[in-house]
Amino acid sequence: MPSVAMTVNGKAVSGEVETRTLLVHFLRENLRLTGTHVGCDTSQCGACVVHVNGKAVKSCTMLAVQAEGAQVTTVEGLTQDGKLHPVQAAFKEHHGLQCGFCTPGMIMTAVDMIRRIPDLDEKTIRAELEGNLCRCTGYQNIVKAIEAASKEMKGARA
Amino acid sequence: MYQFQYFRPKSLDEARKLYENNGDAKFLAGGQTLIPTLKQRLAQPTALIDLGGIAMSGIKVAGGVVTIGAGTKHFDVASSADVKGAIPALSHLASHIGDPAVRHMGTLGGSIANNDPAADYPAAVLGLGATIKTTSRTISADDFFTGMFETALEEGEIITEVSFPVPEKAAYMKFPNPASRYAMVGVFVAKTKGGVRVAVTGAASSVFRESAMEAALTKSFTPDAVAGIKVSPGNMNSDLHGTAEYRAHLVTVMAKRAVATIA
Repeated sequence: MPSVAMTVNGKAVSGEVETRTLLVHFLRENLRLTGTHVGCDTSQCGACVVHVNGKAVKSCTMLAVQAEGAQVTTVEGLTQDGKLHPVQAAFKEHHGLQCGFCTPGMIMTAVDMIRRIPDLDEKTIRAELEGNLCRCTGYQNIVKAIEAASKEMKGARA
Repeated sequence: MYQFQYFRPKSLDEARKLYENNGDAKFLAGGQTLIPTLKQRLAQPTALIDLGGIAMSGIKVAGGVVTIGAGTKHFDVASSADVKGAIPALSHLASHIGDPAVRHMGTLGGSIANNDPAADYPAAVLGLGATIKTTSRTISADDFFTGMFETALEEGEIITEVSFPVPEKAAYMKFPNPASRYAMVGVFVAKTKGGVRVAVTGAASSVFRESAMEAALTKSFTPDAVAGIKVSPGNMNSDLHGTAEYRAHLVTVMAKRAVATIA
């Protein structure tokens, strides 16, 4: 079996995988990082979104071997020194989840869009959430949480 | 997925040799179509040759031509100020492929080599009369798309870049499938030096030019010029998402709307 090595949440990791092993399964099963979820397994729901080299991607639609040498961040990598990331805190504060299944992907997508787009309005947030499905909340509080986090993070940078 | 061997060559030469030495190999670009296809066991290549390790991305605008490397991600095309300045319709089209995460992985070369009947990029390539450069030759858009998931590419031939001539004006209007965001029908209209071009994706087995609309728009570049054109449903796709008649009707509506944005 081929071996694969990458950096996940700042830590060098490696493992034996099949060539057909998806990145999401490497993260969940080899590394036991089960925060990243498999929802639809067809690139549509976004529960599996992680960052590869700083960009949000669907880890169910990428082979683990494609991530050789890459910098990967999962939802577990957002918390620093036991303190929630501003986006995680905003989801908690604004009740941006009910069952929580879509939440890791929502948060990783939110962090990515906040990084790319300095002035996020509601319309842009909804458009950017195109690839993330939530079956509980009707998106209202997810959008509110991302808007709040975006403002807070902008304030922190200023 | 069935088992396959995986290679990540560093050069096009190496990629070609790997292809020749592996019976049923397939090239892997961004994987946003190929990986779902493999997951459904709709393909069984013996080897995947990942083109991701070969430097083939980048955007150049010079001499009235936008040249985009085959490995350039949809996101990079969508967010390029150069593309937006030269051909805003191309930038708009790229920004509506899939979703942000898909656009971070999917590539121009991968999209057109696959020639999905409902993909967006083929409409821009044909609508703008682009030129496709490969490892062995250049192919005009009019000769490139040959049928459903079929192109003029030979075995082992790899797209390296696509050159889009900057049009006088152009627009792309798509009616996305509400679930997949693939085009139910997408119409790319361009007024170019060589005349008006209208390319339609999503409607039939492969992207095609709508010559009656091109003739009408040449006489009068207005929405009304195409509004009365009835497209025959004869060659249109019919599936659970819509009938051939529905798609034929959408072609006229999308063409009219595209022209309205630039007339």
